[in-house]
Amino acid sequence: MPEITRAEVAHLADLARIDLSDTELDHLAPQLVVILEAIASINDVAADDVPPTSHPLPLTNVFRADVVRPSLTAQEALSGAPVEPEQQRFSVPRILGEEA
Amino acid sequence: MTTRTAEKVLSFEEALAGFDPTMGLEVHVELNTVSKMFCGCATGFGAEPNTQVCPVCLGLPGAMPVVNEKAVESAIRIGLALNCRIASWCRFARKNYFYPDMPKNFQTSQYDEPIAFDGWMDVEVDGETVRVEIERAHMEEDTGKSLHVGGATGRIHGADHSLVDYNRAGIPLIEIVTKTIPGTREKAPLVAKAYVAQLRDLLLALGVSDVRMEQGSLRCDVNLSLAPAGSGQLGTRTETKNVNSLRSVERAVRYEIARQAALLQSGVPIVQETRHWHEDTGVTTSGREKSDAEDYRYFPEPDLVPVAPSTEWVDELRASLPEPPRERLARLQREWGFSDLEMRDTVGAGALVLVEETVAAGAAPGAARKWWLSELARRANERGAEVADLGVTPTDVARVQALVDEGRINDKLARQVFDGLLAGEGTPDEVVEGRGLAVVSDEGALSAAVDRAIADNPAVADKIRDGKVAAAGALIGAVMKELGGKADAGQVRELILAKLI
Ligand SMILES: [Zn+2]
Repeated sequence: MPEITRAEVAHLADLARIDLSDTELDHLAPQLVVILEAIASINDVAADDVPPTSHPLPLTNVFRADVVRPSLTAQEALSGAPVEPEQQRFSVPRILGEEA
Repeated sequence: MTTRTAEKVLSFEEALAGFDPTMGLEVHVELNTVSKMFCGCATGFGAEPNTQVCPVCLGLPGAMPVVNEKAVESAIRIGLALNCRIASWCRFARKNYFYPDMPKNFQTSQYDEPIAFDGWMDVEVDGETVRVEIERAHMEEDTGKSLHVGGATGRIHGADHSLVDYNRAGIPLIEIVTKTIPGTREKAPLVAKAYVAQLRDLLLALGVSDVRMEQGSLRCDVNLSLAPAGSGQLGTRTETKNVNSLRSVERAVRYEIARQAALLQSGVPIVQETRHWHEDTGVTTSGREKSDAEDYRYFPEPDLVPVAPSTEWVDELRASLPEPPRERLARLQREWGFSDLEMRDTVGAGALVLVEETVAAGAAPGAARKWWLSELARRANERGAEVADLGVTPTDVARVQALVDEGRINDKLARQVFDGLLAGEGTPDEVVEGRGLAVVSDEGALSAAVDRAIADNPAVADKIRDGKVAAAGALIGAVMKELGGKADAGQVRELILAKLI
């Protein structure tokens, strides 16, 4: 049975940029174990003749032709920006990491 | 944090005496499709910020991506040209990370099912062939461009906020990853450069990308590790990003070898990390330490169905491939009548396509090679640039040679025409005109100059009269000097001989 530790939940929360308190971690970790166990019951019906799948639709090769369609205007694109745009660009908090 | 203080390095020779380098190269190539990978936004370079964006490439809720067929076609053709196997079925995957260059908070990429895998490319270095094994070539999308505001240098450290333009986000990208390339020793920097140069030529021949390194449509990351010489081990590697010119590829490999060797020799272990290449100073500096940022939690992209190229489609694309590089080289050598050495020098100088285009523009192969490899390669070297980036075109070179062939300028004046071309003085004809470079073909003026040279050098003239034709060189020199080099030496010689014999 899948087991998920408190440390793993803390790590996932960190990756997802969700700030969880110790109390919340204590509360959520056991719940996730229960959820994973519930989902794992699928293993009981999975037989060797059923390939794992990620897409329920029996479709492949859905393509579009390489044709330009109109884009949004910069005003439209920037209209939902949480912070006032500068130089027609999205303004985001200081990034530490690699240089663009 | 970025360290600006110079790190200790060993000399390249010392480094190799103690260590064996192993490298791996990751090349990202932007395809030249007119629309993006998953939406119909235009892909033109240099548009006003955020004018080539839509709900799909901005990652707005509910927007659905659809794959660009031409991009898949290009990916398959690249795979085939690199002798890869093509997946009969593969999926896209989400690479999850929080970084504002991707507004979706994930990059649509491929994970364990690349469209092309297990290939190779033979790279020629100094007349030797090195087989570079290709691990995979997969499809993904480019990211937006960030501008860092508030820092002194426009760099990320010290910036108080960043401004993002998403025009580039979603442009189709193919990432081509080599297997580790062992055993190249002192040739490692040259092999790396030759691989990228030949890959660039191949992509150009395929017509799938503009491959303009200076515009970022071809970008290279260099993975490098050292192990004690002869140990056959694999050391801890660094990944140097931002290596965006052919010359930098060579320099970055050389620098990392020398830097890592200095650390290892003084007992300091190498940290697995991302490093940044600085073109200006020729060094790499430490980027972020890889920690949880590496935990991308890839999973199959639920909004895109699998790509399953049929055998017929792949065969059709295979048939559309250009001549393979090796055969092409052999054919060009035959057509041009170059020796092995001349051919090798041409390839080594990154001038193969330039010579080919110059010949296509009407110049004799030997003349095309002469100008690109002697005159222009030297100038490129002086400027620390690639010969292809000088701004002189094959058409220019062919025209310069035509002017020589027509007797309007000589080789010496041709060099001045190249000065003018490099200084942006216009076309070859405009430079000749503007600088007054045309040779004196006026018979009267030439004749007068020859008469004066004879009169000034009676002893030499007598020798020639006595049949010592070789002495004519001194008179030709005198005439050329008087006319400021603007005469055709052959014509002057004929005139001298006609007057004295
Ligand atoms: Zn778009």
